[in-house]
Amino acid sequence: MSDPVETTALTKRYGDLVAVDQLDLTVRHGEVYGFLGPNGAGKTTTLRMLLGLIRPTSGDVRLLGHASGAGRRLAGVGALIEGPGFYPYLSGRDNLRVLARHAGVGRGRVAEVLDIVDLAERAGDRYSTYSLGMKQRLGLAAAMLKDPGLLILDEPTNGLDPAGMADIRAVVRGLADEGRTVLLSSHLLGEVQQICDRVGMISRGRLVAELSVAELRASGLLVVADPIDDARARVAALVGEDRVRVDGHVLRLDVEAGLAATINAELVHSGLSVRELRPAEADLEQTFLELTGGGSRGTR
Amino acid sequence: MVLDDVRAESIKQIRRPAHWLLLGVGVVLTLTFAYVIPYLGYTGQSEGPGGGRGLESMLPAELVGNTIAGTPVFVGALALIFGVLVAGSEYGWETWKTVLTQGSSRLGVFAAKVLVVGLGSLVLVAALLVTGALAGLGVAFMEGQPVVWPSVGELVVGAGGGWLITTMWAMLGVFLAVAFRGIALPIGLGLVWLLAVQNLLAAVAAPLLDWVAESQKVLPGPNAGSLVAALGAPQGTPGVSALVGAGQAAAVVGAYLVVFAVAGAWLLRRRDVL
Repeated sequence: MSDPVETTALTKRYGDLVAVDQLDLTVRHGEVYGFLGPNGAGKTTTLRMLLGLIRPTSGDVRLLGHASGAGRRLAGVGALIEGPGFYPYLSGRDNLRVLARHAGVGRGRVAEVLDIVDLAERAGDRYSTYSLGMKQRLGLAAAMLKDPGLLILDEPTNGLDPAGMADIRAVVRGLADEGRTVLLSSHLLGEVQQICDRVGMISRGRLVAELSVAELRASGLLVVADPIDDARARVAALVGEDRVRVDGHVLRLDVEAGLAATINAELVHSGLSVRELRPAEADLEQTFLELTGGGSRGTR
Repeated sequence: MVLDDVRAESIKQIRRPAHWLLLGVGVVLTLTFAYVIPYLGYTGQSEGPGGGRGLESMLPAELVGNTIAGTPVFVGALALIFGVLVAGSEYGWETWKTVLTQGSSRLGVFAAKVLVVGLGSLVLVAALLVTGALAGLGVAFMEGQPVVWPSVGELVVGAGGGWLITTMWAMLGVFLAVAFRGIALPIGLGLVWLLAVQNLLAAVAAPLLDWVAESQKVLPGPNAGSLVAALGAPQGTPGVSALVGAGQAAAVVGAYLVVFAVAGAWLLRRRDVL
């Protein structure tokens, strides 16, 4: 059984500008994959190529096992690309009815997806009167019309206030918990950390890293012990000098979290007072900037 | 699947207030320029320099020519705006991506738009004919004239001619909307061509240059004018002039309709949806 999303050497050029460069991307069944990158890294261009909105210059795309150009290849795919786009003079419900017609699904599904995104109460109002958060939720509802196994969401919380972001993230996490595969692009590290299982980092059109959120977070151990100099010497003897750094009254250890018990025992047996020993949370922003080069550019 | 697209497209366009406004404007303009003003001129209630049209042109027997006389120019302009709105709004509202990610093919959605534009044009022409019929009936009663209707054949041919011209202009609007991916520029350019350039070519350039005069025979506006002239539109109406025969005019207008539709479909299919 093939993976829901597979790209091979996917490339898009606009003249001399390479927006997406030889991208090999795989999203596995049932995971929430975060597609992380700064503005202009090539995220939206990649997602549009997946959905057939943009023609790749070269390379292959397979969605749910179907190659690009195959009829009905989007049958099991729902998408929200770069914010919602709807007809302002129609109500939210009528917008979904129109899209349900295009999708070839029954009208009954419209009420179901309105319930999923908690928009049923305002579904009869004109779309033009909706807040940005409601528009995004309607966009998610549209993406859900076909009851898709694969959801492709492009920065679904863009422009929302914190409450709106939390709403959308809860909806997305809920959809993923139902067993759907989700490919979610974002430039927000915290968002990816909260929602995603695995992360691909893109910079200047290239996939520069691919790791689990746990790997992204894990960054050694933090130790607070007295006296700090003795603690540093003991730990350095155990794990190696180059893996220990003193940061004020804290030792930062570049080691696996599983070594915590061993380190604790060593310090205690040495008669040192261990006041704190815990996994260190990674400086995500720093990690991100290191991996992506920190730059943004004009391409979407 | 295309049938689903047609149904979806129909809901979108029927519910759109702007289209009904265009229809209303078309009806009011036709009523004004084909009946009200000529009637005021005929009865002498409004003074003017010209002699005006005769009573006959306003009676039910002249219904076809009188009501479709506006299709080469102002009704055509409204049809062009209609076509631009149908296709161009999808760019302005960024709804192409929403529709196409539902699984519809580009050509399927475009075919649905072409069909709905054709049906919308038919509704416009039918509304003009009904308006003309009621106005003609009113004139006949007010002037004590016998009510003589055109034959069914004349009505069908007239409505068909008017529909062909209206749809051709609407399809030009669709093509321009796809070509320029929006609304404002396509409407602006379309109206400049339809209302200004065509008239300048016919009134200023053609009398001076033979090749411009000859080119009139293959341009959409003059052929539309020739077609309505053959169907009984009053001579002297702006844009109405019997430059070529009815058969050639219908063929040229039909050819433009097909070319605009095919070119629009080709562009939409070929280009990225940004």
